[in-house]
Amino acid sequence: MATAFDEMTGVPGATEVREAYVTLKRWLETTPRHLLDTRRSQAELFFRRIGITFAVYGEVEASERLIPFDIIPRVLLKREWEILERGLKQRVTALNRFLADIYGPRECLRAGVLPEDLVYRNPCFRLEMAGVKVPHDIYAHIAGIDVVRVDADTFYVLEDNVRTPSGVSYMLENREVMLRLFPELFEEHRVAPVEDYPDALLASLRSVAPAGAGRDPTVVLLTPGQYNSAFYEHSFLADKLGVELVEGPDLFVRDDVVCMRTTEGAKRVDVIYRRIDDDFLDPLVFRPDSVLGVAGLMSAYEAGNVTLANAVGTGVADDKAVYSYMPEIVRFFTGEEPILKNVPTWRCREREALAYVLDRLDELVVKEVNGSGGYGMLIGPHASRQEREQFRRKLRHAPDGFIAQPTLALSTCPTFVAEGMAPRHVDLRPFVLTGADGCRVVPGGLTRVALKEGSLVVNSSQGGGTKDTWVLDA
Amino acid sequence: MLSRTADHLFWTARYLERADFLARILDATTRLTALPASYGRPGNEWESAVASSGCAAGFYALYDGANEYTVRDFLAFSPTNPSSIRNCLSVARNNARAVRTALTIEMWEAINDAWLELRRFDAKAMDREEFARFLEWVKAVSLAFEGSSHRTMLRNDAYWFTRLGTAIERADNTARILDVKYHVLLPATEQVGGSLDYFQWTTILREVSALTAYHWVYRESVKPWLVADLLILNRQMPRSLTSCYETLVRHLDLIAEAYGMRGASQRVASTTLARLTGTRMEDVFQSGLHEFISGFIADNNRLGVTIAEQYLMP
Amino acid sequence: MRIRIAHVTAYHYDRPVKAVIQTLRLTPRAHDGQHILAWRVEVDGAARLSPGEDALGNRLHVLSAEGTLDSLGVRVEGEVEMLDTHGVVRGAVERFPETVFLRETPLTAPDEALCAFADAAASRGTRDRLALLHHLLEAIHREMTFDTEPTHAATTAAEAFALRRGVCQDLTHVFLAACRHLGIPARYVSGYFLRGDGVVVQEAGHAWAEAYVPALGWVGFDAANGISPTDAHVRVAIGLDYLGAAPVRGARTGGGAEALSVSLRIEQAAWQTQA
Repeated sequence: MATAFDEMTGVPGATEVREAYVTLKRWLETTPRHLLDTRRSQAELFFRRIGITFAVYGEVEASERLIPFDIIPRVLLKREWEILERGLKQRVTALNRFLADIYGPRECLRAGVLPEDLVYRNPCFRLEMAGVKVPHDIYAHIAGIDVVRVDADTFYVLEDNVRTPSGVSYMLENREVMLRLFPELFEEHRVAPVEDYPDALLASLRSVAPAGAGRDPTVVLLTPGQYNSAFYEHSFLADKLGVELVEGPDLFVRDDVVCMRTTEGAKRVDVIYRRIDDDFLDPLVFRPDSVLGVAGLMSAYEAGNVTLANAVGTGVADDKAVYSYMPEIVRFFTGEEPILKNVPTWRCREREALAYVLDRLDELVVKEVNGSGGYGMLIGPHASRQEREQFRRKLRHAPDGFIAQPTLALSTCPTFVAEGMAPRHVDLRPFVLTGADGCRVVPGGLTRVALKEGSLVVNSSQGGGTKDTWVLDA
Repeated sequence: MLSRTADHLFWTARYLERADFLARILDATTRLTALPASYGRPGNEWESAVASSGCAAGFYALYDGANEYTVRDFLAFSPTNPSSIRNCLSVARNNARAVRTALTIEMWEAINDAWLELRRFDAKAMDREEFARFLEWVKAVSLAFEGSSHRTMLRNDAYWFTRLGTAIERADNTARILDVKYHVLLPATEQVGGSLDYFQWTTILREVSALTAYHWVYRESVKPWLVADLLILNRQMPRSLTSCYETLVRHLDLIAEAYGMRGASQRVASTTLARLTGTRMEDVFQSGLHEFISGFIADNNRLGVTIAEQYLMP
Repeated sequence: MRIRIAHVTAYHYDRPVKAVIQTLRLTPRAHDGQHILAWRVEVDGAARLSPGEDALGNRLHVLSAEGTLDSLGVRVEGEVEMLDTHGVVRGAVERFPETVFLRETPLTAPDEALCAFADAAASRGTRDRLALLHHLLEAIHREMTFDTEPTHAATTAAEAFALRRGVCQDLTHVFLAACRHLGIPARYVSGYFLRGDGVVVQEAGHAWAEAYVPALGWVGFDAANGISPTDAHVRVAIGLDYLGAAPVRGARTGGGAEALSVSLRIEQAAWQTQA
């Protein structure tokens, strides 16, 4: 594995400083340690008071845990960001066109852009969506694209998230707490603001209201409820958007129209920003045991009387097996070369690739095609022999379910840890909004940091933390 | 507003009011048992505390008898008693969390801090003094929540449903005490007991924190029919049935006005209020205090059901 | 052969229901071996029906009702003309390529035992897919006993196979799981079956499978009877599994407990239409 690129110094331990970090480095060197300690505990207190928590599955005691926050921001220059931004818009545009195509004319399948099987046999390709017309052909209204950096010029897309991506509340709250704790730093940097994200989100959602909605469409946010790991984010966003936070039982369908139960009677709902998975949306169509959804929702949706954001069936586009075809998908649907690279990926469904992967389990990262959150993943170089053997068996038994990638040397950023300042690996999840008037990316995103020395796993469910992400506006 | 939001607000307020009431029962009972037996202690104060809490059935399924330790454990901490103080606070917090954004930050902090702090109280290691501090803390939590709602909420339907929850629970609690202890308030007991019952009466007043109020209102020594009058009919007394119903009617009217529609809840509440204001204490004693209270508890429950059907879970 | 069907489903609620919504797949489409002479679906006065079509092309009705209902009734009456096509289904509506029907679903996911069973049936030395499917059909029919007791609507193929028991739904799921494990597209069919023994009154509808055979197209396999469907099999809806083809899926608000009564008559109609 190559040496990681350090975003502050370039080469790890070097004395020169990259342009974006000049002011920050000086500040870090001149600010006394005890002051940083104080600010860090103030930040933690702030997060605890507002109740921003993340549930961790399998840990009863820690069912409401804080995600650690690192007070040192991650900094990007405007010119670095602009490349990213163009790449993200291109990618999300392609994803939306891909979805519109496979649920419509299926031209990309006829053209052989990707194997038919990957679509037709994919459980996330929702048969119910075939031929359904969604407003403005937008499927992924909200996308979270996970990006990693490997050198000064290269960003890779690690994963597309176009189902119900989460984390944007951390982007907003991290900035909020930084503004409170380090006003002097903001005086010395011109940081592009992120706080208009909720306004942009609401505008996007309203722009895709169904034709019958009238001039002031009613938008709601549908949550699985307070025991969901991301409930804080749901309630935070509903509050910032100024829309009702509803649960399945708050809604019902009458004559193919979705209504919510209010103290003043039934009220029509036009756009549902849903944060529950397809499988749970409608017990009459998907899982019959779901109590989180709304019976009849799909029939109202198919009738064009309500818009779901994101659309049903987007999961087929962020599947890890489809991911490996993203360069081809981008070229086919935009006619352009992809601006953001894909991580080289071996599809274990292909015999030769599988043989290659089985030979190199100790150097590759193996991922489940339908896994998320860092579960069901093998990081070869860090895994025990036993773990590798376990994956070898899984791969032989069901190779279709896996892909493998090289272990990337994710870039590092200075991070405040127990021993002081130290480089830690980071990734970045920017949020891309798509509405009737096009794509928007709020400058920044959520930087996730692996707090353990040498660790590459940044997922919050696996002990990762977060940082504020700055795009310098100069 | 979403019906479920109104429902959660209503129940948050109810559960906090109930926690406060349980703390008062425990506090007053502890005081009563501290008296020497010759001062009219009937010897079953703890049984009476369980009966007043309204969860006697659950209690006797778990314990052989009522004493300081079993009742304290059951009413304050028991995880199996759905209405223990601990469960009340935790259910109230869950309700509040579900509608976090409908609460003001002050209300949320009052209840969330309480929930976080609750885990620090160790029921097993608690002596009498610590237990007394615990009860004071519970009362302070309810006070902080109600106070912050009063000071910080917009005067809209969210506030009105919160007030309804508090008032309907409070009416129920006052009625329950009267239902359990009505026999010591009957005119006949004056001849039987005289000063012997004095401590029973003052205990009732303490349970609804009205001992001082009594003296201000009646300016005479504690008389059982006046205690009953204070708790049932006195409009100045915030825990009296009449006062609770004035609150209920006022806030139901505000809701009806805002929504432009009156319904069954408004009718049920104003009928009950009219009955309370049209009644004199003599009539109550004549027709039977016990019957009057039982009838009231049923009416109050009916109002709860009606509000739920009309607004909270249509 | 003409078959006449009268199928009445009645729900009785012990407390009034506030709202009911159901999707009904109770209306057949025609194919080369099946002609619909008359068909209608009716509900009680309080409920509304709106017709539609699902993703696979099945005819669908959405039933909805609000208010206070003590009961709900759905009545299906129809008459079809059937031809024996030896199980081959031609001229049916096909919305997706057959590879869609290789998908595993929660109800049809095989376990190791079921995979081993499928592999054993496949290893009987034939390369002909049709012959293989018949081996599989016989094996399931032989191995499993029809029994209404131990399984329910949510029983998986693997569970039923472990019990070696089940109803037509379970046997069909086992067949589907085995086919898909062997790489053969297969799907669930719900419908009606005219019994050969003259019994007219039945307890429930029927279910069988269709598997894809390249030269022939979709071919039916009735695991419960150990035969390919004949002119006695009225084909109503298809799905990846029971849930996708279920005659009724519903949800309701309120109502407490529910009592369900079904009255189903399936009989040959030739004598009557001559009159």
